[in-house]
Amino acid sequence: MATTKGMNLTLKIWRQKDANSKGKIETYRIKDISEHMSFLEMMDVLNEQLISENKEPVAFDHDCREGICGSCSLHINGEPHGPDRGVTTCQLHMRKFNSGDTIYIEPFRAKAFPVIKDLVVDRSAFDRIIQSGGFVSVNTSGNTQDANALPIPKADADKAFDAATCIGCGACVASCKNASAMLFVSAKVSQLSLLPQGQVEREERVLNMVNQMDDEGFGNCTNTGACEVECPKGISLENIARMNREFLKATIHSEE
Amino acid sequence: MALDSKCPTGPIDEQWTNHKNNINVVNPANKRLIDVIVVGTGLAGGSAAASLAELGYKVKSFCFQDSPRRAHSIAAQGGINAAKNYQNDGDSVYRLFYDTVKGGDYRARESNVYRLAEVSTNIIDQCVAQGVPFAREYGGLLDNRSFGGVLVSRTFYAKGQTGQQLLLGAYSAMSRQIGKGKIEMFNRHEMLELVIVEGKARGIIARNLVTGEIERHSAHAVVLATGGYGNVFYLSTNAMGSNATASWRAHRKGAFFANPCYTQIHPTCIPRSGDYQSKLTLMSESLRNDGRIWVPKSIENVEAIRTGKKKPTELTEEERDYYLERRYPSFGNLVPRDVASRAAKERCDAGFGVNETGEAVYLDFSAAILRYGKEVATVEGISNPSENKIKALGEKVIENKYGNLFQMYEKITDDNPYKTPMQIYPAVHYTMGGLWVDYNLMTSIAGCYAAGEANFSDHGANRLGASALMQGLADGYFVLPYTIGDYLANDIRTGAISTDSVEFEEAENAVQKRLEKLINNNGSKSVDYFHKQLGKVMWEKCGMARNEGDLKSAIAEIQQIREDFEKNVKVPGGMFEFNPELEKAARVADFIELGELFAHDALHREESCGGHFRDESQTEDGEAKRDDDNFAFVSAWEFGVSPSEPKLHKEELKFSNIELKQRSYK
Repeated sequence: MATTKGMNLTLKIWRQKDANSKGKIETYRIKDISEHMSFLEMMDVLNEQLISENKEPVAFDHDCREGICGSCSLHINGEPHGPDRGVTTCQLHMRKFNSGDTIYIEPFRAKAFPVIKDLVVDRSAFDRIIQSGGFVSVNTSGNTQDANALPIPKADADKAFDAATCIGCGACVASCKNASAMLFVSAKVSQLSLLPQGQVEREERVLNMVNQMDDEGFGNCTNTGACEVECPKGISLENIARMNREFLKATIHSEE
Repeated sequence: MALDSKCPTGPIDEQWTNHKNNINVVNPANKRLIDVIVVGTGLAGGSAAASLAELGYKVKSFCFQDSPRRAHSIAAQGGINAAKNYQNDGDSVYRLFYDTVKGGDYRARESNVYRLAEVSTNIIDQCVAQGVPFAREYGGLLDNRSFGGVLVSRTFYAKGQTGQQLLLGAYSAMSRQIGKGKIEMFNRHEMLELVIVEGKARGIIARNLVTGEIERHSAHAVVLATGGYGNVFYLSTNAMGSNATASWRAHRKGAFFANPCYTQIHPTCIPRSGDYQSKLTLMSESLRNDGRIWVPKSIENVEAIRTGKKKPTELTEEERDYYLERRYPSFGNLVPRDVASRAAKERCDAGFGVNETGEAVYLDFSAAILRYGKEVATVEGISNPSENKIKALGEKVIENKYGNLFQMYEKITDDNPYKTPMQIYPAVHYTMGGLWVDYNLMTSIAGCYAAGEANFSDHGANRLGASALMQGLADGYFVLPYTIGDYLANDIRTGAISTDSVEFEEAENAVQKRLEKLINNNGSKSVDYFHKQLGKVMWEKCGMARNEGDLKSAIAEIQQIREDFEKNVKVPGGMFEFNPELEKAARVADFIELGELFAHDALHREESCGGHFRDESQTEDGEAKRDDDNFAFVSAWEFGVSPSEPKLHKEELKFSNIELKQRSYK
């Protein structure tokens, strides 16, 4: 897999010194990019170039570089995680671009995700939503019942798993015109409402998580479906429908 | 200082229970008066923080990522072992214990490994109770699969995302405690120094990575659950941020570093493609359940494939060398990782590598696709299915089992592994070495604990697949929460530890000076330049095979890299701002020192064992040859007057329950 062609690209990148400064788009040119590079490896090359020119490198979040930690977060040519489907930015490869392209790179934009620097945003709102109820209240104990004492129909377990594969990257929020976090929240609500372990706190959970979501400043869902398209893990819109049902039921019960 | 492992005596199957019965316990009211710092939020750190907070301790938890959910345990793919014997295939606590000690090539502590096997079953129960969606069979019960180096199916899994699901379980348990105010969470904070007061670990100096501020945090005990040091090789399957700084700082303050040369080179990773490469991607070992590993038998076919004249799918069965099945008929493709990696290297060194770099072998699913396709056709009553129909049915089964891994492979390589075999090659994946700990997981510094991959204790010289998740969660959920009480029972009257002491001030000043030096260095070469240099030396001279000459030159080269780094590293930006280059620089400085210790350790251990292969010590047929008479000990290194003069301490390993044998998987 040697380099078959070197690409020359123009990069338009959002630069912002810190949360309180005003940001703007800066233009960079970069040469000889291999099509086998990942998008973030291309960013590494740019940063090495900037360092050698005594300029400040571009800050961006990244860690595992295999699409599972959910750290990377770029808005590329107007799409979270760029033009490919079912991948995070770190799994996006340069073969999706052509030499001569101009690529716009911006941070995820949402009121609830303030910019920390350049392309880095603060997604701690997601943590606070999970802290409000995204768990089963069970302490560590060597005396929980045997794992196989609780058979779970495979179809339910599989659906719960599919919802649980959310990596918390925030692409759903960034893709939504209302910056809604419904896909993220509904994935956790769905996972736990589909499993017997989640039944005890089922109603309290959905009420608390939705309240926290609203408090954080995320917008409402209007069923546009952009989130599902951009989600690197293919989390289904059905989860939002399920969360709405759960929320409605829980609201009625809580008012009884 | 003498090394006391504090291992209990008596029959091995009663040791843990007796130990728990006899250690000190802190009463619930007093736990509220005690602070514990946990650094790292992976499986070990996350589970420890949650469990300690549930017990009532006041926990402060630190991670350098923007959320505890992103720790690199999240990337573990294949599964987690437990001696549940749900498959009724003869598994038992003893068998898991035996497999782990043998898999580790008899270089682990019996007492620790037995305890690990014993608590393994509790882990599965605990995780299911949390709502971790493990794979299930149609009857609703948990499914299992096999991993390398064992003859039973004891691995629990959630597709190829087991680590993610287990970590999110621990993260949710942590989140619950954060919500209750029992854990104070510090995201985007990096520990840069351990603070020792009167011989005891009493806190850390951490840098707020957003503001750059240097902070003092005190506690009655400090738990380091900061993972392994695989990134000393630059290219590894670790995350970009995975680093050894917390461990190395503790080591420099007196914690012994054990067996640094025991590194796991994982056999099935996607081969490297160019100099720009920033990391390597693992393809789970679980794939070896269904994938067959081969290279062409003849050099002519190798060349035809490399030049694109032939495709691998065009080679007949007779033209393929399934070298693992040939060399190890009883374990076949499921030999342990160290054995599989060396066998791949042997074939590639002999010229049979199948890509342009000559460093790749095939992992082929075509046989499994046909086998599963026929099974499904039979079950569904399809008579005389066409070959294409069988393949389609079989591909569906493979997709259900490994879908995300196949997709990941295709995205990276642009090849479709359902249609053509994957190309794989070994890569650095896990480090068995780490901070030396006693049976209570305490390092050689009082009150400083190490858990998970950060310690050395359970895997000997080679870790079996699906055992890292087991160990991380065992340490965090079921070992540390008990053993730490034995130490903290003496601290119930101590009161809060002040951060105004001389010791905190000195530690903070040292950090400040270190960072200032990096920022003001005005050099000409970037941090990555040095990291790549170090990685090259480590891979070429301390990699899959090592010898005296190479190791000696590695030591000299690493010393030069260190000097060059000190003079010429260039770190842009300032100290009191978000500055990823500064973070990297501090980590790489520590990696360079660790790399040298690694080489010293590998040089000193003149035997082959597990992941440590010395060319000078092999059997006639090229297998690793241990030297139990001279090397049946743990090498625990003390930091000397400089990184080049480490002092060796030995902990003898005694085997009373398992007979020491030359390992064989034939």
